[in-house]
Amino acid sequence: MIMEVTVTVNGHAYTRTIEPRLLLTHFLRDELGLTGTHWGCDTSNCGTCVVWLDDVPVKSCTVLAVMADGRQVRTVEGLEGADGLDPVQQGFVACHGLQCGFCTPGMLMTARWLIDHNPAPSEGDIREAISGQLCRCTGYENIVRSVRWAAEHEAGVREHTVEEAGTEVQA
Amino acid sequence: MTAVEQPETPLGHGNMRRKEDARFIRGRGTYVDDVTLPGMLHGAVLRSPYAHARIVSIDTSAAQAHPKVRAVITGETLAGLNLAWMPTLSHDVQAVLATDKVRFQGQEVAFVVAEDRYSARDALELIDVDYEALPPVIDARQALAEDAPVIRDDLEGRTDNHIFDWESGDAAATDDVFASAEVVAAQDMLYPRVHPAPLETCGAVADMDAVTGKLTVWTTTQAPHAHRTIYALVAGLPEHKIRIISPDIGGGFGNKVGIYPGYVCAVVGSIVTGKPVKWVEDRSENLMSTSFARDYHMHGEIAATKDGRILGLRVNVLADHGAFNGTAQPTKFPAGFFGVFTGSYDLEAAHCSVTGVYTNKAPGGVAYACSFRITEAVYLVERLVDVLAFDLGMDPAELRMKNLLRPEQFPYRSKTGWEYDSGDYPTALRAALDLADYPALRAEQALKRERGEQMGIGVAFFTEAVGAGPRKHMDILGLGMADGAELRVHPTGKAVLRLSCQTQGQGHETTFAQIVGEELGISPDDIDVVHGDTDQTPFGLGTYGSRSTPVSGAAAAVVARKVRERARIVASAMLEVSADDLEWEKGRWFVRGDVEAGRTIQEIALAAHSDLELPEGVEGHLDATCVYNPPNLTYPFGAYVCVVDVDADTGQVTVRRFVAVDDCGVRINPMIVEGQVHGGLADGVGMALMQVMAFDEDGNHLGGSFMDYLLPTSMECPSWELGETVTPSPHHPIGAKGIGESATVGSPAAVVNAVVDALRPFGVRHADMPLTPAAVWSAAQGTPLRTDLAIT
Repeated sequence: MIMEVTVTVNGHAYTRTIEPRLLLTHFLRDELGLTGTHWGCDTSNCGTCVVWLDDVPVKSCTVLAVMADGRQVRTVEGLEGADGLDPVQQGFVACHGLQCGFCTPGMLMTARWLIDHNPAPSEGDIREAISGQLCRCTGYENIVRSVRWAAEHEAGVREHTVEEAGTEVQA
Repeated sequence: MTAVEQPETPLGHGNMRRKEDARFIRGRGTYVDDVTLPGMLHGAVLRSPYAHARIVSIDTSAAQAHPKVRAVITGETLAGLNLAWMPTLSHDVQAVLATDKVRFQGQEVAFVVAEDRYSARDALELIDVDYEALPPVIDARQALAEDAPVIRDDLEGRTDNHIFDWESGDAAATDDVFASAEVVAAQDMLYPRVHPAPLETCGAVADMDAVTGKLTVWTTTQAPHAHRTIYALVAGLPEHKIRIISPDIGGGFGNKVGIYPGYVCAVVGSIVTGKPVKWVEDRSENLMSTSFARDYHMHGEIAATKDGRILGLRVNVLADHGAFNGTAQPTKFPAGFFGVFTGSYDLEAAHCSVTGVYTNKAPGGVAYACSFRITEAVYLVERLVDVLAFDLGMDPAELRMKNLLRPEQFPYRSKTGWEYDSGDYPTALRAALDLADYPALRAEQALKRERGEQMGIGVAFFTEAVGAGPRKHMDILGLGMADGAELRVHPTGKAVLRLSCQTQGQGHETTFAQIVGEELGISPDDIDVVHGDTDQTPFGLGTYGSRSTPVSGAAAAVVARKVRERARIVASAMLEVSADDLEWEKGRWFVRGDVEAGRTIQEIALAAHSDLELPEGVEGHLDATCVYNPPNLTYPFGAYVCVVDVDADTGQVTVRRFVAVDDCGVRINPMIVEGQVHGGLADGVGMALMQVMAFDEDGNHLGGSFMDYLLPTSMECPSWELGETVTPSPHHPIGAKGIGESATVGSPAAVVNAVVDALRPFGVRHADMPLTPAAVWSAAQGTPLRTDLAIT
């Protein structure tokens, strides 16, 4: 049996004819060529496959692609905008939050979601947010620092923007 | 989203952001499973459900009839090509696909090539294998029993499961020391079977071009050149027609040193079908069939005076090597570098003997950042020192301080023949104790004990021996452990460094550019590092055993110095002075006594490619090559302090603090060094508390997924507290030592020492890893668990 699905990934609608058993991670990687989303364990433990499905991080190795029909998916390839790298991407570079890079896309997607919902996360908040994902290289220390860097950087930009706005009003 | 200010790139060593990050943070790395070729087919491996069974028959007809299947390969097919067996890295043979028997659960039995990965898996279900189950050997301690089934009856004349006996040190002198010692402490301890479990599993894309006869293999390898030679030996293919490409590697840790049957099957699949074939194992296949680590059953004894001066060590080890002896270590070292087990202490005598045995488990043994078994050696001696402290009623930190090698003893020749290059151990231990505020921790512990709370403080000191060769002592399958480097400097002064080693996350593209930058004064931003492609790089043995910086790092420095000397000759022609009258400052040669009269390396590079008249016999260009044969290993060391809280009612252990002081000589990029230490510390916590691959009595693997084989998450890891001392290696061109495995080697003992220390009120003197809640609780009850077996 095959089914036609339309999935919007990083703002682009893709229509494909697929087997209903096809996993979302394989759909992204093999059908769309978006290989930034990885696969690492089969059992939803490692989190290298984390993407957003309608704005919620999911492990795409345990979501069928047909379940994403008509829905929005955001992957690591969708983080960088016209105005540059996302702060979480910058934070991982600045704080050496990655080594082999295999867990990084999943970590970035979770980090982005965390900061969107908790702009000033504590170390405990960050550790809990990434606790469903494994990293074998960093011992998590620099991932925590990277996410905090991103949150603080965004807070700084917000403050800066407010100050600028205030100045304009005064002027 | 504003741009972040980019810190200035150092002109050599120093903290520098990684060049490789730009692709990884965008999801644009290229790992093996990201490689897709036109017409590519997909392979899948059928594996044995039995630990030990005779193959009666294999019926592949239904699989062959599957509409999307292009080929089904069995051991019989391979036998026709003389490929059913392949050499291991320890001069044994291993079945590529089983022909006679299966010898461990998960062993490769057949290979299907199909149009897509799902169909290949579907077809596996259609293969009908008739097995006749045989009794398995699961407990290594029973492998040499008289009635034990013989696993390797494929080897002519084999009547038992014995592989080797190996010893090191002076047995008679050691016995004498023990006979007259005031105190002898003994302890059995197990370093259980674990697995490195990099997040990327192993895999390959093989592409045999039938017209040119060229085989290209994209594969997860830490040693591309060694793999090329082995493929030539295994398949009889001409070596110049083999190209191994190791693209981005999603972590290695030793898991990606060896050649696995799946790789060979992908190659055969491509030959048979005429199409590229991709094979990527799943997580269970990775955990059940590829290189495990450790599985050392150790009996250690330590002799000392009553006041705590350590005199001798005596050790017997039973080493479980699985069904094929496939350990990856230098030929003359069947127990790896376990012989360095005297550790960081000044002794009168030491001796160890190691016996290797076959069992019905997966092959491997040297993997997982172990520096060729130094992990086991350090764990042994550091546990024994704590056991001695327990018996003597001494503080374990004080006992270590009393016995550590002193700075004036270096270079130090150990009682088992290792020449330690440099060290200042007491300073490192003091630094760690200060950073931890050790006296305050002991005071807190005393208070808590009065309240009935269990807090433990674990101390460990380690000495590593990394950077194999020298080649005259160290080879793998006859290939000497030396590594090449090539440096090309383009006319505009930009450079390309080509290396034989292979990063798996260590940041070689950055640090090796920094090494060359330091030597030549060229910005690391202007130096590209090429690696992981045998057609593009010089020969060498690759990256494992923390050997990249000690060997290839030295090669990079040496080749850069060769370029610098060539530049000197060109500069002398440019300045019309004798080369002897030139002096070097970073980035330029100038005339001695006239600093203004000089030429930058960029100016010299351009001149070297120009019509400038060079002295008779001097070639143009600045390019150079070298092969670095290390004169000795490097000996990094460190002192670790771990603080745990233990709930004795539930057995739950919380690692509250972990202080690590590492000395790896000169640090090229301190940020990357610290990152490597962080990762290794997490490994140590994982091995000490969570990770084990246990088996039941039928040989069923009980750690075959991440549901069962538990790895540490962000919740089990504390925030690491690092310190450093710097004792340069005297024989390394830039004074650097390896760091990649230090923390994995040193940290398990610190964690276990801490947990055992916490359980002192219960009279616990030792408990085996992993210290799961069940193991801790049982130890506190006085009934310690055997952690590697589920046999009751």
